[in-house]
Amino acid sequence: MSDTYAGQTDELLINMGPQHPSTHGVLRVLLRLDGEIVLDADPDIGYLHSSLEKIGEAKTWQQFVPYTDRFDYLSAINNEFAFVRAVEKLLGVRVTERCEYIRVIMAELQRIASHLMYFTSMGLDTGAVTVYLHCFRDRERLIDLFEDATGQRLLYHYLRIGGVRNDLPHDFVARVRDFIDYFPARLQEYDNLLTRNRVFRGRMEGIATISREEAVRHGMSGPCLRACGVDHDLRKIIGYSVYPQFEFEVPVYDTCDAMARHLVRCDEMVQSLRILKQATDKLPDGETNVKVPRVIKPEPGAVYERIEGPRGEVGCYLISDGSDKPLRMRWRPPSYFNLQPLPQLMRGGYVADTVVAIASLDIMLGDIDK
Amino acid sequence: MLLRDTFNAIRQWTEGLFTGWGMPDDWAFLTTEILVWIVGVVCAIAVMMVAALVLVYLERKVAGYIQSRLGPMRVGPIGLFQTAMDAVKLLVKEDIVPQGADKVLHTVGPALFFTVSLMAWLVVPWDDGVVIGRVVDQNIGVLYLMGVSGMTVIAILMGGWGSNNKWSLIGAVRAGAQMLSYEIPMLLALLCVVLAAESLSLGDIVGAQRGGSLLSWNIFKPWMWLPALLFIIAMFAEIARQPFDLPEAESELVGGYHTEYSGMKFALFFLAEYANILLISIVVTVMFLGGWLSPLGPIDSVIPGVLWLFAKAGLLVFFVLWVRWTLPRMRPDQMMSLSWKLLVPAGFLALAITTVAVMLGA
Repeated sequence: MSDTYAGQTDELLINMGPQHPSTHGVLRVLLRLDGEIVLDADPDIGYLHSSLEKIGEAKTWQQFVPYTDRFDYLSAINNEFAFVRAVEKLLGVRVTERCEYIRVIMAELQRIASHLMYFTSMGLDTGAVTVYLHCFRDRERLIDLFEDATGQRLLYHYLRIGGVRNDLPHDFVARVRDFIDYFPARLQEYDNLLTRNRVFRGRMEGIATISREEAVRHGMSGPCLRACGVDHDLRKIIGYSVYPQFEFEVPVYDTCDAMARHLVRCDEMVQSLRILKQATDKLPDGETNVKVPRVIKPEPGAVYERIEGPRGEVGCYLISDGSDKPLRMRWRPPSYFNLQPLPQLMRGGYVADTVVAIASLDIMLGDIDK
Repeated sequence: MLLRDTFNAIRQWTEGLFTGWGMPDDWAFLTTEILVWIVGVVCAIAVMMVAALVLVYLERKVAGYIQSRLGPMRVGPIGLFQTAMDAVKLLVKEDIVPQGADKVLHTVGPALFFTVSLMAWLVVPWDDGVVIGRVVDQNIGVLYLMGVSGMTVIAILMGGWGSNNKWSLIGAVRAGAQMLSYEIPMLLALLCVVLAAESLSLGDIVGAQRGGSLLSWNIFKPWMWLPALLFIIAMFAEIARQPFDLPEAESELVGGYHTEYSGMKFALFFLAEYANILLISIVVTVMFLGGWLSPLGPIDSVIPGVLWLFAKAGLLVFFVLWVRWTLPRMRPDQMMSLSWKLLVPAGFLALAITTVAVMLGA
């Protein structure tokens, strides 16, 4: 009797609850643990569901633009970009060159801000708290830029159907150029603090791996996919907006682990700076908005417009039935598909690796839950 | 000198008082010792509390400046009263015991943690011969320290198990594993120092570093470098600070073993943790940096040794805080393999080197 019980261990079913310092929002993961090793992980979403897609059916086309900000609230411009392009495609409207340049400048600034936020959460989750404050110090500079241009710090409602809300302030380009000069030194600092840190590398290398085939099968996109060796960046493949006019590289790593995703994001920031430099140099003068009717009633039809957001492919599927409200507004969030293989990422790892896995995917619950 | 002479004078006066009342000599000695212990314990508690208060404030300020912000600024001039107000707040908070928690363990855990931290202060040599627990120190100083620091593991396990919270349990178990694993490199490093000083008494260890100058301190002897390095790494693990703060692991386990604690019980954990940082810095100072010895050598008889002790320990405390806000956290298995696969063999190597050095008459 005694020796069947002695040394017997049980599995521990533990709830990494919706309230947790490291689940990047309200994500619940049910973990089955054997000691410190994760046997299985079951993500549970829906805690942030706000029926935004249903609201999209009840609001006019212009009224819905501020709601798109709220999907992925850390990269608001990119969300607006997808929606606004979709509606413009339905309407058959072409925006001015200056407007496209402004949109790209904003999108790239937003990409840097979003990746800085990733650094923050990655640092916090692995224990390097100082990185959080240093990144926020730099993010403040970007947010100041946004505030001057759009009036808002986080959820801008800047991109509009047919153009942007207002033209850039007269010193905006000069300040962006200041930022481009200032930022590479900071990136070097983050490199030293995180990427080259022996302890950090031990936490990230070989952790939360997913094979290339699995990544493609699950529909992952963005840095998560590019870390698996798949050279897939919509800015190059589709070449939407004025991206084909810029010279930049797409960083691709093929170790498929958390470190690769981290490195992809680091390099993407450098490439964003490149695009920003070219965009601010080549920014044309002219009108920013085209005339769009007050009440928008596009021809019946459907359109799927996708852009490359900081987290992956942001897609907007709109069906119009000729009225002033969408018939169906469907959002393709990058984080939802990036989150799908979470059990595979966590299985076989330690409890401490679960937070690294979630952080390296850089998910956004607002996107997932809509 | 002043502290030592005062201390000895009071001790002798008290003994004289008791023998004057007709007590036999050894009884007088014993009674004096007990009185010294009682007064000393009160002083030690006072030092612990003040140390914890100062350290918490320092930590927040240092953290602020490292993170390019200011830290506490509003409560008192430059935030000086912040910790005192925090302590008052913790005292008036409701004491929540989670449902289904083991009430005895939940209460005893923090109390034991605090008590054990306090016990270790008994053998700290403040100055030449100024030790609260002189009898303990003269016989088994280092051994007592190691034994007492082992007991903190029990207190943490009590806290984690008694919380009825799986996350606290994980934190407590990790803490147990971590502290046990790092006791061994710590002990091996301490053994090197003990070998060189030929005594287990902390007072004697400092005395063995007495020489003409700064260079006679242990840290400046080449065969002490490996033990010093080992001890400093093990020190971070013993006080559960980054990069070894898995028991707490704020971003994974919310608070580890002290998640479910509030009010006074949390205050006990919290203050004892910070007092531990100072204590272990003092231990490192005593072992390697010459304790209360002045860097200016014996010509310095003006500045009391205890101030030098605190100055040196203060530098180490700053180092601990600095590392905490810079480095990320290690994973439990990486931490364990660091200890068992790297530090323990290194500890044995250090012991061998020191043995050879001592045999060669250094």
